[in-house]
Amino acid sequence: MAGDPVLSVRDLTVRIGTRRGVARVVNGVSYDVHPGETLAIVGESGSGKSVGALAVLGLLDEAATATGQVLLDGVDLLAAGERQLRRIRGNEIAMVFQDPMTSLNPVKTIGSQLVEPIELHGVATGAAARDRAVELLEQVGLPDARDRLGDYPHRFSGGMRQRVMIAMALACEPKVLLADEATTALDVTTQAQILEVVAGLQRRLGLAVVWITHDLGVVAGIADRVAVMYAGRILEQAPVDELYAAPRHPYTMGLLAAVPRVGADRPRRLTTIPGQPPDPTALPPGCAFHPRCGYRHDPRAATEVPPLRTVGPDHRVACFYDVVGGTATGTDGGDG
Amino acid sequence: MTRRLFLLLLGNRLALAGLLVLAVLAAVAVVGPWLAPYDPNAVDVPGRLAGPSWAHPFGTDNLGRDVLSRVLVGARVSLQVGFVAVGISLTAGLLIGLVAGFYSGAADALLMRTMDVLFAFPAILLAIAVLAILGPGITNAMIAIGIVYTPIFARIVRAATLVVSAQLYVRAARAVGAGDLRILLRHVLPNIAAPVIVQTSLSLAFAILAEAALSFLGLGVQRPDPAWGRMLAEGRDFVSQAPWMGIFPGLAIFATVLAFNVVGDGLRDALDPRQRSVIESRGQG
Repeated sequence: MAGDPVLSVRDLTVRIGTRRGVARVVNGVSYDVHPGETLAIVGESGSGKSVGALAVLGLLDEAATATGQVLLDGVDLLAAGERQLRRIRGNEIAMVFQDPMTSLNPVKTIGSQLVEPIELHGVATGAAARDRAVELLEQVGLPDARDRLGDYPHRFSGGMRQRVMIAMALACEPKVLLADEATTALDVTTQAQILEVVAGLQRRLGLAVVWITHDLGVVAGIADRVAVMYAGRILEQAPVDELYAAPRHPYTMGLLAAVPRVGADRPRRLTTIPGQPPDPTALPPGCAFHPRCGYRHDPRAATEVPPLRTVGPDHRVACFYDVVGGTATGTDGGDG
Repeated sequence: MTRRLFLLLLGNRLALAGLLVLAVLAAVAVVGPWLAPYDPNAVDVPGRLAGPSWAHPFGTDNLGRDVLSRVLVGARVSLQVGFVAVGISLTAGLLIGLVAGFYSGAADALLMRTMDVLFAFPAILLAIAVLAILGPGITNAMIAIGIVYTPIFARIVRAATLVVSAQLYVRAARAVGAGDLRILLRHVLPNIAAPVIVQTSLSLAFAILAEAALSFLGLGVQRPDPAWGRMLAEGRDFVSQAPWMGIFPGLAIFATVLAFNVVGDGLRDALDPRQRSVIESRGQG
């Protein structure tokens, strides 16, 4: 994609100290997001996608340490101080969380919570801030916005709360929105409405969106590019159409095969990937997917981590062999 | 906002009654010395231990002093001890509990182990130790009681803060750029209010009783000044001969404590947005 990326993550690594040892949750993740673009990060639970997003905003718990670079318009957020981060969070980069039922403070009105980022970042104060809050609620499609400012969160449904969260995230017109499983807790109709709201705002504001999800259906609907994460690494990154049409990594293939299809010629058993994702405190040497991989054509996979190599325009895959049409052919590997 | 809270509190009949009792008590604390029919310290040995009569509605004590006058005058000291002592423990406990619960780690360990040490002493023994250092007197008694009850508040606040700090809305507030102080004051504090309010109303009662114990040992209110706790303690020696000596100051303490608790409960309900909408809709219906 042309132009400079607005968010550029380089070799992001997160380690979390646990009682059972150090958990290697994110292991050298790199990606770029351009203005107006949607990057979907997909992966199973525990693949490190949420922790990676929290690390971008510097919101990790104390037990976690992040290394690498997170460049937002050239400013490294991982090297930034807490004061600087506070100015950037909610202002230039914002985040929407998975569970709308608990991401609003139950004892504060919707209005006071919406006004918080607006006043905090000096966009407006007092009555002007409330007007802005109303405008935001209307933008995300909440009816009777002005009357609802004084309501408490428990009077809102999950979908409405998630709209409020999106309104809060967009209050200061950030450049980047991180959505961590933002529609997972919602029913499909509400989910579609939320996706539509975000897409509309994206067209209007040129917002870059990082959409973290495990729902490949959502990905197909909104993403420009997709990164597939497994055990804290990106295994494959490609434009969305290409990823669906011609996946190159055995794990991606497994994921796509596991998606149920409505209206298929005849009912078939759902395919699953055997085994469990590895324990982040005891990652296998080599390719983390190797123990579950159905191909395993290259002995190096057991001992070496396969590097991401380019296999097509903007298509990169971390695998030692080419899997095309279900058969694997060896390559000389790591050509970058 | 505050006005609305007040109106909600008024909508709760029990809390309203409690509020009325507190208003009466406050008035007595202010004008008690002028309401009192006798000098509370006037000794009348021939008329001692007289039962309630028209001349002495609450009877007289072992020195012939009018119990009604002493209850009226004692209200000020007792309420003062309650408020100041609880004010001290509430403030200190909130600060310590919030910092310990929010920052965890070394600050938490240091603060809470200190609280544990304070907690390990029996309350009265600790208060006596503090008074031994500060010297006897009503002001020092309030400080001592305040110190003794600080660990209770610190623990409650810390526990609630730990729970609230882990909530997603705290992380969400951070994600929109809120700093620690703002999160503590605007997000954590309102969410831990309920248990703190309940503990405050209970502690007011305990503090009044603690003052009684200290005064009984001669460390709090000095003779011959009246204070409810002290009167209750003195009445104990005459409980079979002159039960009114203990009953009336006891009733005063009982009414105060009950009123505080009822108001505390009402306040807690009024602060809970869920309860609030129930109360509001009831008000409309």
